[in-house]
Amino acid sequence: MKDIKFFCYPIFQNYITPKLNIMIENVDFMQTMATTANLALWTTMILLVIGLPAAYALAYNDFKGKSAVEALICMPMVLPPTVLGFYILLIYSPQNFLGASLERYFDLRLAFSFTGVLIASVICSMPFMLQPLQNGLALLPKNYREAAYTMGKSKITTFFRVLLPNIKGSIISAIAMTFAHCMGEFGIVLMVGGNMPGNTRVASIALYDEVQSLNYDVANQYAFIMFVISFIALTVIYSINKRRHA
Amino acid sequence: MNKLTIDVKKLMMTNSGERYLDFKGEINDNEFICLVGYSGCGKTTLLRMLAGLTSPDEGCIKYGDDYWYEHKSKFNLAPQKRHIAYMFQDFALFPNMTVYQNIVFAQSETNHDKIKELINIFGLNNLEKVRPARLSGGQKQRVALARALASQPRILLLDEPLSAIDWQMRESLQDEILKAHKYIGGISIMVTHDKTEAEKMADRIITL
Repeated sequence: MKDIKFFCYPIFQNYITPKLNIMIENVDFMQTMATTANLALWTTMILLVIGLPAAYALAYNDFKGKSAVEALICMPMVLPPTVLGFYILLIYSPQNFLGASLERYFDLRLAFSFTGVLIASVICSMPFMLQPLQNGLALLPKNYREAAYTMGKSKITTFFRVLLPNIKGSIISAIAMTFAHCMGEFGIVLMVGGNMPGNTRVASIALYDEVQSLNYDVANQYAFIMFVISFIALTVIYSINKRRHA
Repeated sequence: MNKLTIDVKKLMMTNSGERYLDFKGEINDNEFICLVGYSGCGKTTLLRMLAGLTSPDEGCIKYGDDYWYEHKSKFNLAPQKRHIAYMFQDFALFPNMTVYQNIVFAQSETNHDKIKELINIFGLNNLEKVRPARLSGGQKQRVALARALASQPRILLLDEPLSAIDWQMRESLQDEILKAHKYIGGISIMVTHDKTEAEKMADRIITL
C-alpha cells in the first residue's frame, strides 16, 4: 500500500492535478463536457424506460415482421451515423409533415436544437440499450415466468420481481454501453445539431474542432476524458460478465 | 367433491415427428395420480395443459363446475386463476430470492406463520436465508415443494420432480411428495418415467 502511494503521489501532484485544474478553468471545455454528459444521461434514461418494455416484447413475442423490426432497431450499428443524421434532418425539416406540424402547433424546431439532437441520439443508441436487454431476457429460463404465472402473479409483477432482478448484469451492461456510446457521438450530432457551443456542441465535435485549429492541448483534454470514460464503462461491463460466468 | 374432468386433443411436435395426443379422463378429489408413458407421448404436455401453460387444440377441461378450458366457446382460463401449483423438472426456483423469499413470493397475501409451518415440515430451518444456487438437488426439491404448497393450491402438478435426484435420496423425497399431497388435501398429478415409483406412490396410474 505504501509503495502504491509512493508512486502515485508524484503522478497526481505533477501531472493529473495541474491538468485537472486547467480543464476546470477552461469554461468552454466545461460547458461542452456538461452538454455531452447531459445528452448521454438523458439518452440513457429515456432508452432505459423505452428499452425495458420493448426488449420484453421482442424477447417473448413472435409476430409478423419481427425480423424487420429487429433489423431496423440495429441499423444504427452498421449504418454510417451521417446517413441516419441526414434522414432525421429531413424529417425535422419544416418542409416535411412532422417538422411542419411541430412548428405550426408547438412552435418547436428540432433541427439544430438540443431536443432534436437528443431524439436523434435516442434513435442512434437504441441497439446498444435494446440488444443486451433482449438477450438477457431471452436467455432466462422460460419456466421462471411460467412458475410465477402458476403462482397467480401478473405479467407486470413477474417482470419486475422475477425477470428484471435476474438480468441485473445485462441492465448494467446496457446502461454502460449506451452511456459510453453517447459520450462519443459525433456524426449524428454534427448532422442534426451542428456545432453550437453550450447547446449542441459535444466533446467529440469539440475535439475535432480543436485539432483543426491546431489547439492540441485542449484536444488532448477532450481525448483524455473520453478515453477514461470509455475505459471505465468497458471495465464495468467486463467485470460484470466475469462475475456472471464465475 | 371437486372432480377434474379432462377431454383434450393436441397435435404435438416431437423429435420423431408429429404426434396426436388424445386424452379423456376423470380425477377425483384427494387422488394421487401418476402419469407414465414413453418419452414424447405427451405426459408433460398434458400437465402443461392442466396448468394453462399450453393450449389444447380441442376439447375441454373442467374442475368441479368451473370450466378451465372450452374449445367451443374459445374460453381458456389464465394459469394465474386456476389455483394450481406446478413443480418443474428443474424446480424453477428464482435465483434472485432466498429460500424464504421464494416461498413468500408464492403467496398472494404474506402469511408468515404458514411459511414457518412449511419450513418446519420440509426441514428447511437452516436454509431460509440461502439462495437456490447454493442448495443441493434434494434441498431444491424440498424448497420447490414448500413453495408449491405456500399458495394453498387445489391441484398439485409435478413434472418429473425426482428425475434429477440420485436414487439414495429418492425414497425420502417420495415421502416428502406424499406429505405434500396430504397437506393440500386435493388432487396431485405426477409425471414419472419410473413405473416402480409410480406403483409405490400413486392411488391410480394413467398410462399415455
